[in-house]
Amino acid sequence: MLSYILRRFAYGALVVLGVLVFLFFLFFAVATPDDIARRSVGEKATPAVIEQWKINHGYDRPLFPGPGHYKDNLFVRHMTSMLTFDLGRSDADGVPIKQRIAEGAGPSLALSVPLFFLELFVSVVVSLFVAFFRETYFDRIVLVFSVFSMSVSILLYIIGGQFLFGTVLRWFPLSGFDSSPSLLFRFLALPVLVGVFASVGSSIRFYRTVFLEEVHKDYVRTARAKGASELRIMLKHVLPNAMIPILTNVVMAIPFLFTGSLLLEAGFGIPGLGALTVEAINANDFSTLRAMVFIGSLLFVLGQVLTDIAYTIVDPRVTLE
Amino acid sequence: MSVLVVQDLTTSLPTDEGPVPIVRDVSFELAAGRCLAIVGESGSGKSMTALSILGLVPRPLAITSGQILLEGKDLVPLSGAAQRRVRGREIAMIFQEPMTSLNPVIRVGEQVIEALLLHEKVSKKAAYGRALELFERVGIPDPAARLEAYPHQLSGGLKQRAMIAMALIMRPKVLLADEPTTALDVTIQAQILRLLRELMGEFGTALLLITHDLGVVNQIADEVAVFYAGRIVERAPRDQFFSAPAHPYSVGLLDALPARAQKGARLREIPGHVPSPTNVPAGCAFAPRCPKRGEACDVVPRLEPLCDGSRRVACFYPEEPV
Amino acid sequence: MSEFFSPGPVRDALTSSVIALTVLLLAVIAIIKVRKDEPLAAGFAEVYRRRRFSIAVLVLYCFVALLDSIAWVGGGSVSEGDLVSAHEARSVIDRVFSRPRERGYSAPLADKEFYEGSPLAARHVLGTNVLGEDVLYLTLKGARVALLIGAVTSLITIPLALFFGVLAGYFGGRLDDIIFFIMSTLASMPGVLLLVALVMALGQGTLSVCIALGVTSWVGFARLTRGETMKLRQVDYVLAARSLGVRPARIILRHIIPNLLHLIVITFVLLFSGLVLSEATLSWLGIGVGGSWGQMIAQAKDELSRDPLIWWNVVPAGVALFALLLCLNLVGDALRDVLDPRTRRLRA
Ligand SMILES: Nc1ncnc2c1ncn2[C@@H]1O[C@H](COP(=O)(O)OP(=O)(O)OP(=O)(O)O)[C@@H](O)[C@H]1O
Ligand SMILES: [Mg+2]
Repeated sequence: MLSYILRRFAYGALVVLGVLVFLFFLFFAVATPDDIARRSVGEKATPAVIEQWKINHGYDRPLFPGPGHYKDNLFVRHMTSMLTFDLGRSDADGVPIKQRIAEGAGPSLALSVPLFFLELFVSVVVSLFVAFFRETYFDRIVLVFSVFSMSVSILLYIIGGQFLFGTVLRWFPLSGFDSSPSLLFRFLALPVLVGVFASVGSSIRFYRTVFLEEVHKDYVRTARAKGASELRIMLKHVLPNAMIPILTNVVMAIPFLFTGSLLLEAGFGIPGLGALTVEAINANDFSTLRAMVFIGSLLFVLGQVLTDIAYTIVDPRVTLE
Repeated sequence: MSVLVVQDLTTSLPTDEGPVPIVRDVSFELAAGRCLAIVGESGSGKSMTALSILGLVPRPLAITSGQILLEGKDLVPLSGAAQRRVRGREIAMIFQEPMTSLNPVIRVGEQVIEALLLHEKVSKKAAYGRALELFERVGIPDPAARLEAYPHQLSGGLKQRAMIAMALIMRPKVLLADEPTTALDVTIQAQILRLLRELMGEFGTALLLITHDLGVVNQIADEVAVFYAGRIVERAPRDQFFSAPAHPYSVGLLDALPARAQKGARLREIPGHVPSPTNVPAGCAFAPRCPKRGEACDVVPRLEPLCDGSRRVACFYPEEPV
Repeated sequence: MSEFFSPGPVRDALTSSVIALTVLLLAVIAIIKVRKDEPLAAGFAEVYRRRRFSIAVLVLYCFVALLDSIAWVGGGSVSEGDLVSAHEARSVIDRVFSRPRERGYSAPLADKEFYEGSPLAARHVLGTNVLGEDVLYLTLKGARVALLIGAVTSLITIPLALFFGVLAGYFGGRLDDIIFFIMSTLASMPGVLLLVALVMALGQGTLSVCIALGVTSWVGFARLTRGETMKLRQVDYVLAARSLGVRPARIILRHIIPNLLHLIVITFVLLFSGLVLSEATLSWLGIGVGGSWGQMIAQAKDELSRDPLIWWNVVPAGVALFALLLCLNLVGDALRDVLDPRTRRLRA
């Protein structure tokens, strides 16, 4: 068990290293330091200006280790700055990225945690109902609804939500953020609502399939033959089995939630990590972008190991070997 | 006195062209402590008959006519809740696949006592005590540990024993067993059958045993009902069925049995295939495959007592008893 | 890379026409192939029976996109004072809507400009946007952009996924380890972030958006083909062929790929809708493809909070996007229902 988890972590570490190498390739070879500099100072900048920018932002070193610069080269600096969680400074304004991320984590979590649990709760409950009332009009309607809701871009949910609840009904502010508890709710209610709406359709569809797959299994028939009611069967027999695939989906979703709020945070002016990323895009801030991708994949790898551990807890058949 | 009487049971599949009967006018009765074996080819409606008795035919199938009398009380018109009170308490069922018929994420013990907790007011502890006794009775070694185990930790034979314990925990009046031994290897099969027989005697449970295997029938059954295309074509006491089958289809089934074929002679198969429920021939469904077919076969034969009164056959040209 | 798509009248006309023709050709080849494959053809007939309306809508989108892809330079009636368009490659749709621009917003079918009240050059069915461009015209042009993104990206994604998935699944061992590691690495980067990073690194433009979408979306399908190939490798006739010493390339082409066809079809349709959605996201972040519906929606985000309200910009783009995605999802679902044995079992 322990050795399995250790091996799992080792592979995860390897993947993270792979990500770092990939990022280096992407941001130093595909987009060369010259390209990055030109994006920041403008296409028509003179070579001297570009050189100066590169010196100011630490892009003026050779790409790879070589005689005389075994340590002082971009590759080694990139790897060490990421692996030590130093993360470097923003290309745009020189602020340490670590500090930015520390500031943004709070607002991001304030949005993503309630969104995550509400969405999970709503979609599991609805799909449980759907599985219970399978092959009825209720099932049909929910299915149609979920296909419809999946076909609407999240942009339209944001615009529509702001228009309806902000402009017309004036229930919630259009955007903004305040960490004092009383105002927090007012500012977060709308983004959470919009987030739930935008993602619940596809979750319901997935969970419905999972539930229906379980409902047709033999053990359900056995439970019926014992005289268990349909409700009891759903809750006591089907739900624990369905939780296994649902759990993987849920644990996997944790890191994606952190990025999924990119649009919500930008749309609702919540100063979290998503908004930080959007700012970085607009400011051509490549170093922040690199750091965000690195942190994202780190969380993802962690999520995967957690999923594996969670598996052993909910599924007695799985032992980690 | 019969505990279970099934009368003219018909279970159909509704289609655009009207209902297609899967089980047709099936009648039989079952006395306490006795075993009726149902045999017949795949798709002849054996499982559907058993599930009809439990009121558990899969949607959209439904019982369209007939009565299922448990100690004289008809189960067909009962409400869902009333039917659930019968299921698992008065009538229990065990299934063919012990591998998949147990819930993989719930401990075996908890699954065994579920019926008890559903139907009787007992504490969990007392229920576990009963389960432990029963596990010992059905021959599960180290029963206390097995109650705590998950299904995948048990072998196929042990799983089926656990299923039997699960079905018998309420001492039901009727036990329906749908091919309970098919998935097991031969030595274990024999043990399970012996166990069933013993428990029937002990608990006075009537057994409806569905099987493909005439060897199993010979070992355990008191009476045999032969199904063909949803109908019973012959019902006979075991010994008479084996010594002198009356319906041509029964004769065919027995001739296909290796034990009965003469040494060196080839096994005789029944030519042709079982019709699917949607295109059962008019008249006697077996006629197209029947060596003794005659003009009368255009009409559906009724299941009627043979002249010697020993059994019932649905055939116009039955083998006469010697 | 992106200079390939930079404006240049003749090259523009050429590329868009070439891409349209390539896609058309591939579609024809696909149809011919499918007609030979009995179960697949039967499956398509069933899907067509169930989703006639959605398919008709999709064909309409393709038709509009095609009209906007056939472009040539010069000719036609260039309106007076419109000097630029005389030297530009203009598509059929451009030519139909060759009217002078208005000066700013005008409501649908209005006869005067929205803010200044000055008279309009023409009435516009769906009004005009802030730059005075006809909204109906822009909406129609969005069809080509959406289909281009979907088609070009699929042309990158599906072969890539198929290649790596089948290779990893068929040969296993070290090769599988390496490919699986690459897939794990790519999959570990959260989708939107990776997409954004790629577009930023490649530079903006249609092709780099397509490449970025391709890189982020091939892993899922590659995993699927890898798993399926592993299963197919153990199927009797493949085992037989292998024991007879048939070359792997031949087995893969003759036995493996044809058995993955249904997955390819399902993935193509569902992937397509995902790609169009992702592009809308990129547009919102300001790094999408010019002229997409996502961009129209993104531009309109403050218009809804104006008073009086300007709705005619976002609604047509939103509806066009929604209808395309809905039809794709409906057809994709039907395809999966009919062709995928897993869901077929579920419905029984
Ligand atoms: N859910 C269902 N919907 C429609 N038809 C069904 C369904 N389940 C079973 N049938 C039909 O009912 C007929 C009888 O099935 P049944 O399972 O009772 O056969 P059986 O005699 O138990 O066969 P086997 O020996 O293979 O178990 C079959 O022909 C089958 O096609
Ligand atoms: Mg059966």
